[in-house]
Amino acid sequence: MIALFGIATTFEGCKPKGAGSAVSAGAAEKTYVAPGQYDEFYNFVSGGFSGQLSVYGLPSGRLLRVIPVFSLDPEKGWGFSEETKPMLETSHGTVPWDDLHHVQLSKTDGDYDGRWVFVNGNNTPRIARIDLTTFRTAEILELPNSGGNHSSPYITENTEYVVAGTRFSVPMDGDDSDTPINTYKKNFKGTLSFVSVNKDNGHMDIAFQIETPGVNFDLSRAGKGVSHGWFFFSTYNTELASTLLEVNASKNDKDFVLAVNWKKAEEYLKAGKGKKVSNVKYAHNIYDETSHTSTSTIKNEVIVLNSAELEGLCYFIPCPKSPHGVDVDPTGEYIVSSGKLAALIPVFSFSKIQKAIESKSFEGEFAGIPVIKYEAALHGEVEKPGLGPLHTEFDGKGNAITSFFVSSELVKWNIKDLKILDRVPTFYSVGHLMIPGGDTKNPDAKYVVAYNKITKDRFLPTGPELAHSAQIYDITGDKMQLILDFPTIGEPHYAQAIRAEKVKDKSVKIFKLEENKHPYFTNGESAAKVERNGNKVHVYVTTIRSHFTPDNIEGIQMGDEVYFHVTNIEQDWDMPHGFAIKGANNGELLIMPGETQTLKWVPDRIGIFPMYCTDFCSALHQEMSGYVRVSPKGSNVPITFSVGTNQPTDTQ
Amino acid sequence: MKKLLVVIAMGIMLYACSSNSNQQQTSSTSAPESDSPTTSDYDPKRGEGKFDKVDIGDRLDVKMAAEGHSIANLKCASCHKYTDEKLVGPGWSGVTKKHEPHWIMNFITNPDPMIDKDPELQAQLELCLVRMPNQNLSDDDARKILEFMRQNDGAQ
Repeated sequence: MIALFGIATTFEGCKPKGAGSAVSAGAAEKTYVAPGQYDEFYNFVSGGFSGQLSVYGLPSGRLLRVIPVFSLDPEKGWGFSEETKPMLETSHGTVPWDDLHHVQLSKTDGDYDGRWVFVNGNNTPRIARIDLTTFRTAEILELPNSGGNHSSPYITENTEYVVAGTRFSVPMDGDDSDTPINTYKKNFKGTLSFVSVNKDNGHMDIAFQIETPGVNFDLSRAGKGVSHGWFFFSTYNTELASTLLEVNASKNDKDFVLAVNWKKAEEYLKAGKGKKVSNVKYAHNIYDETSHTSTSTIKNEVIVLNSAELEGLCYFIPCPKSPHGVDVDPTGEYIVSSGKLAALIPVFSFSKIQKAIESKSFEGEFAGIPVIKYEAALHGEVEKPGLGPLHTEFDGKGNAITSFFVSSELVKWNIKDLKILDRVPTFYSVGHLMIPGGDTKNPDAKYVVAYNKITKDRFLPTGPELAHSAQIYDITGDKMQLILDFPTIGEPHYAQAIRAEKVKDKSVKIFKLEENKHPYFTNGESAAKVERNGNKVHVYVTTIRSHFTPDNIEGIQMGDEVYFHVTNIEQDWDMPHGFAIKGANNGELLIMPGETQTLKWVPDRIGIFPMYCTDFCSALHQEMSGYVRVSPKGSNVPITFSVGTNQPTDTQ
Repeated sequence: MKKLLVVIAMGIMLYACSSNSNQQQTSSTSAPESDSPTTSDYDPKRGEGKFDKVDIGDRLDVKMAAEGHSIANLKCASCHKYTDEKLVGPGWSGVTKKHEPHWIMNFITNPDPMIDKDPELQAQLELCLVRMPNQNLSDDDARKILEFMRQNDGAQ
């Protein structure tokens, strides 16, 4: 067996001979969704370095939507319309492109409730909330005192908190952060942010941050059931290295899992044990679907709890060699942490951790935090499971499935007796894996999906860059069976899937015109107008199949800033209109039925500028167009606007 | 039969041209109804929808008509003039003389299925080429618009 792994490692990224035969009979039947039929699951898949969130149907693997989150998206106008621009604001200014890693569906009683999806921005640390009635990003919260928000946005069983742990420790924000890098061990700190979520409207707020030693936090999971009230974070770089981490952060035989008692943190917070820090700066952006506008507010305060000073808040558990995933089984009793450089999988027991804390079964301290004895916390180890274990999901039948990057496979094993039950190859080098509901109290274990890092020959070649491949396996039987490959956007990190029934009937079809509170809403064609206010010109435009009102506009001058506030007065599902005008440096608009969106246009020359609808709307879509006249500055051409009969009347 | 074929072909052409499908989608996981329009059980006097008989009363309700007017200005006037002049769709003058009140209310609240089945609406589609949008009118909105149409046609 070891020799086999050796071979697999040597040929990492190469196609094993006869891989095609890995596909089982009946695969087509299991993944075929007939025309007009719907998929069973929505699969929310991180778009990785694209900064976006993709939505696939399972089991078909069909791409249903890409939801823009942390990056500009011209297809949806995200970051181009005046209304969406504030959503990409940060304390550093506009960040047009970030790196989205992990996906968490909101939970009630430890099961998905279909309300929101939370995702993390890894580079400029942020958490975003996506509303599942609109499939749009509703809120983005930046995190201060942070570098590399990787172990995020994992959530507690009732969505009490969404967490963010720093992958890159940095000096705390403020004047003292200008410090030599070689003072890492003394000055660099990690933080764990606990972001509260309002039960009614989903609004996020940093409830508190926990300051920790400068280790790198990798991933995290909330306890559930018996372990509700605790949070578990995997760490690496307990060597506290700041250079060549590839070598220098891989020296210790064991790093740590950090167990955080967040109920205790709440008590300390209530008792006023937190330190109010006000030299921070972070953006909080909210999109409002009634005013169809967003706001970005800079905040300057956060409360910090110190992990070393507050007893009973944090405990380290030794874990072999740079653990990556830390995953909690459906009962909440077992915590699986995969040492990505280790040849075994340790499984910790929550009840044993509690006993170890009670009996002070510690092997010492690390930076002021007690370190529980490895054996005292350990349920057991899965022996020789494969190479490079990363992440684990659960089937709810007492089994776990773990992904192995180096040996390119999924391995199914029993949580109680730690025996390996089955293994299947992936193509190639699997990162995250996902079972629908695989992190809930009640997994819906029909499929497991492998999100692979290497594609090579799985699809038709498309030049040097290839779509990442995902693979669906049927796990209803004893043996995992590969049934479909499908390409994904960006690089999928984590993903989650929810039964379609929990989401689809709540989907918004239109925005009601009667509820439109946009400050530049046009209440029907008769209210369409053009208003000059100094050098700012506000154009109130309506769209309906298939014309703009107004569609002949004169009186614009060089030096003007023109704002086209376009209200789509359609009230029918799937009837967006587009808006484009020649030479516009802010791109275009796409306006949903009942919505108002604004394009800012600064004409760069005199002349006549055609405008038109970019989204095919009817048999007369091609006719949906108009003209805007731009005259020299100080021209005596008055503001006029019309539709149907062009104004002013033809005099020539 | 030949005419029906032309209408169907027309329908297919329209459908093919429209990336924003006007088809009604059911919200179940089962396949949406895909059967071709059956005209056999369609009543062109009644139309198709939830209204069977609309009690329009003896006299015009002026307040209701005024409310209908403002709803129509927002949701209908982009395409319909209140005279007999065609804009995108036909002018409204005389519409309450041509159609039963419940046919009008069925049509404005349930346009897509009726456009697929009603012979007059199919003929109208050949002239206008734009399917009347579903403007998501409430029953109450529709009744008020009907009252405005009656006023527009001279009801007292």
